[in-house]
Amino acid sequence: MKKKVLTVDDSRTMREMVSFTLRGAGFDVVEAIDGQQALVVLASHKVDLILADLNMPNMDGITLIRQVRASGGHRTVPILMLTTESDDAKKQEGRAAGATGWIVKPFNPEKLIQVVQKVMG
Amino acid sequence: MEPGTSVALPNASRGQIGAVASGPIAAEEQYVTFTVGTEEYGVNILSVREIRGWTPETKLPNMPDFVRGVVNLRGIIIPIFDLRARFGGGSTEVTRRHVVVVLQVGERTRGILVDAISDILTVSRDDVKPPPDVDCGLIDQQYLSGLVTAENRMVTLLDVTRLFAGEAVEEIASSSIQIPHQAQA
Amino acid sequence: MTGGYSDDLSRFKQTYFDECGELLAVAEAGLLRLSPQNIDLDEINAVFRAVHSIKGGGGTFGFSDLVSFTHEFEAVMDRLRSQQIGVTIELVDVLIRANDVMAQLLTYARDNRATPPGLTDSAAADLKRFLATVAKKDDPAESAPVESAPPPRPQRRELQRSFVIYFRPKQDLLLTGNEPAFLLRALRRLGETEIVCDAGLVPSLYDMEGESLYLYWQVSLTGSTDEAAIRDVFEFVVDDCQVDIVETTGPADGGEEEAFGLFSENMPYVPPGQLTVYDGGVLPGAGGEQPAAPSAARPAAEAGGAGGGGLGGHTIRVDLDKVDRLVNLVGEMVITQAMISEQLRDVPPGTLQQLVEGLEELSRHTRELQESVMAIRAQQVRSVFSRMPRLVREVAAQTGKEVQLATSGETTEVDKTVVENLVDPLTHMIRNSIDHGLESPDERERIGKPRSGTVHLSARHRSGRIVIEVEDDGRGINRPRVLEKAVERGLVAAGVSMSDEEIDNLIFLPGFSTVDTVSAISGRGVGMDVVRRNIASLGGRIGVHSTPGEGTRFVLSLPLTLAVLDGMVISVGEQRFVLPLTNIIESLRPKSADLQSVANQYDVIMARGEYVRLVYVDQLFRIDNAIGDPTRGLVVLVETEEGGRLGLVVDEVLGQQQVVIKSLESNFQRLDGVSAATILGDGRVALILDVAGLQTMSRQHTNRGARRPPPPAAALAC
Repeated sequence: MKKKVLTVDDSRTMREMVSFTLRGAGFDVVEAIDGQQALVVLASHKVDLILADLNMPNMDGITLIRQVRASGGHRTVPILMLTTESDDAKKQEGRAAGATGWIVKPFNPEKLIQVVQKVMG
Repeated sequence: MEPGTSVALPNASRGQIGAVASGPIAAEEQYVTFTVGTEEYGVNILSVREIRGWTPETKLPNMPDFVRGVVNLRGIIIPIFDLRARFGGGSTEVTRRHVVVVLQVGERTRGILVDAISDILTVSRDDVKPPPDVDCGLIDQQYLSGLVTAENRMVTLLDVTRLFAGEAVEEIASSSIQIPHQAQA
Repeated sequence: MTGGYSDDLSRFKQTYFDECGELLAVAEAGLLRLSPQNIDLDEINAVFRAVHSIKGGGGTFGFSDLVSFTHEFEAVMDRLRSQQIGVTIELVDVLIRANDVMAQLLTYARDNRATPPGLTDSAAADLKRFLATVAKKDDPAESAPVESAPPPRPQRRELQRSFVIYFRPKQDLLLTGNEPAFLLRALRRLGETEIVCDAGLVPSLYDMEGESLYLYWQVSLTGSTDEAAIRDVFEFVVDDCQVDIVETTGPADGGEEEAFGLFSENMPYVPPGQLTVYDGGVLPGAGGEQPAAPSAARPAAEAGGAGGGGLGGHTIRVDLDKVDRLVNLVGEMVITQAMISEQLRDVPPGTLQQLVEGLEELSRHTRELQESVMAIRAQQVRSVFSRMPRLVREVAAQTGKEVQLATSGETTEVDKTVVENLVDPLTHMIRNSIDHGLESPDERERIGKPRSGTVHLSARHRSGRIVIEVEDDGRGINRPRVLEKAVERGLVAAGVSMSDEEIDNLIFLPGFSTVDTVSAISGRGVGMDVVRRNIASLGGRIGVHSTPGEGTRFVLSLPLTLAVLDGMVISVGEQRFVLPLTNIIESLRPKSADLQSVANQYDVIMARGEYVRLVYVDQLFRIDNAIGDPTRGLVVLVETEEGGRLGLVVDEVLGQQQVVIKSLESNFQRLDGVSAATILGDGRVALILDVAGLQTMSRQHTNRGARRPPPPAAALAC
């Protein structure tokens, strides 16, 4: 069974790049454009990893992480934040909210796959 | 309808065509309805690109009877499907009065041959009933997105994305979901 | 940031620029509505996000000017949205101007031009002023250097080091989605491990909480790794868990401590002069130095180049979209003009003389116009060739070979539709050459060759087509092995004598691979047959020549454009089809005495000294009312790209015509025996036949005169 990744980002370019990279590495990918949509997707799909940008309309990444950790279905799913290199405060906030780890933007495809595999075994 | 003439629909501006791909029916929507034999069907107006009179198709080799062939739509080549034949009613004996509804489904443009156009209906979500659980009727259940009653007529609403798939539509989960969003801030 | 991974992601550049267009509009609209009297926090956030996204993408593609400017812009927006600075008219002006500058930076980035120096100076200064007014506690650092691709791991044996790692995860680690098992697994990938689990703190079943962690581990690790790599495994958990790493490396038993080995680079240094110098003057060099994407600096000779700049050429920049539209319009014009000619076809000679002559002249002009317009869209193959050095470098590193890439003929021009389709076949061929063709450096040295193998990539025009060659100086095709494999796979009958060339071309047969384990490089078992099929679908051919011990040369020939085709219009029954002229040898009408049947399966005729199989098109396509008889209709002798010959039985040849190729697949699907479609003079669609496809179809069905094959299963895949 292929592992499934949910990528949440309001940037179309970013979503497409992530999808392309991860599909090439053998993952299934579903997309959502903000936290709210992500929750809708999670309600009907079982995913193995969530990649979340932090800056999104309607529900930002940190809030999404809190919601996921509080929910039933995906409570312990690995969640990786996409953060910019200077966002140390956000990293802490994300970790406090329950994020598993982070990837610094901009990232290269190899690094993305490497980190994803790290948290998914 | 005069062959070769076509009607563009008022709401079918470029940006909205094909906007409704898959997904549940929204709160209130408009449907273009048409007849095939004694049955009346409807498709979401957002997927209708234009309506044309029938023009002779170029046949495609080795295709089932509901694939009538291809035509030239102002420089692009689109297939024409016979809806009657698709639903098992045999090939349409076509005349110049028959009509082709040109649909935009995602990236693809296709035409369906129908008998005549009926109306444009505004349908609210609550009015749509699920199709009854018919045991392999002529119409495969997966094409239907619901039934609605309009002025004492029953109109069968078709899900255009599924209408032409030869096999069951792939589980949505394995493709990326793009839920159309109003304002991408 | 240099070329690096942007090459792989460059396919998303267009998406990025499209998205930036939208984001710029959002930002502008939001900023224009902003004023001290009208402060909408949501809109400010929206503008922030727009700038943030533009910056993010810019970083990925290496647009450093854009990134550094946007960084300031974003910082100000950040202050604004956290209400650390207030909205003033002056601020809004500065922001609007910053947005304009950002738009300009994007345009330069999109056009691959360098940013004019000083463009951002005043806008950036203004932005910085607003940043200075509030001393924020944790000021974002200057744009940190972006991560570069990890350097290739040296292949020489490294010093083995030993560590002991104590890992004490916090009790609720699982709730963050981290899984100790994965971390331990990651450690095991670093070397030999011995893992001891301490379960001393596991409470009784009653007291246990399901999602709590009570286990601790001690791991002994020996491997060619370092502390940094170990810390990296625990990157996400190290702040919350206790991770102690103690190095225990000492003189190993038996005194095998190695001196530091020679870490030579994987990519050999390539002296200048042995490689084509790309504009920008950067050569693929030694070590971790990434070559700047060579297409970054394009010569002025190509469509583009600074108008009033230093290059001084008489060129202008044109949007590719406009050119495409122009090509399409001219294509439509060709069709319309053909339609008009058609109308006049039946006019008796002598009448409307001037009209007819005028139309002939129009026809000539149209053809010339089309050629000129196609020439605008012609691109140099350089744009494809420039991606090869990086590929060569990667594959060489992965296979442990030393390779030099030489190229010639990069300025050879071909329509962009063809160029785009060249990348995959060339990539496969070069991978093949390096992986299978070239010997290892040691072996090469042993047999007296230079340690570095050479792959030579070249392009030239020849008789209206483009010929591309990929040549290596490796070991050549192992003919005995190839023949053996072919016989083994049943592709060739045993004992049949074949010429060297015939044996070499066996590698293009489906399912053929002399490598028993699918190499991870040429991987997924993509054989040369797939390459050949892809080339054939473009109307091209591929062949191979090889000299054992000396090397192998692949020769690719392609039409100059995929947009138009010189074709012969034929009819079968009431239907018309187009046959590509390049496939046609001749047409003839045999007498019945010339027809022979073979094993009751199919008919042949003798043509040009060989027996040629007849293909009844009306039967293959199930067309009614066709003549279906070669002695009363016509046989068109055709040749596939691979050299096989067929006699197509049709009704009539209607004429020769240049047609505009239209896709059938974009709105429908691939059809067997059909490569594409076109629109003829009367506005009706005609299918363009795929000769190789017809050959395959005819083999699958008994196809004889006056007998219909069973209808093939209609597979409709939408």
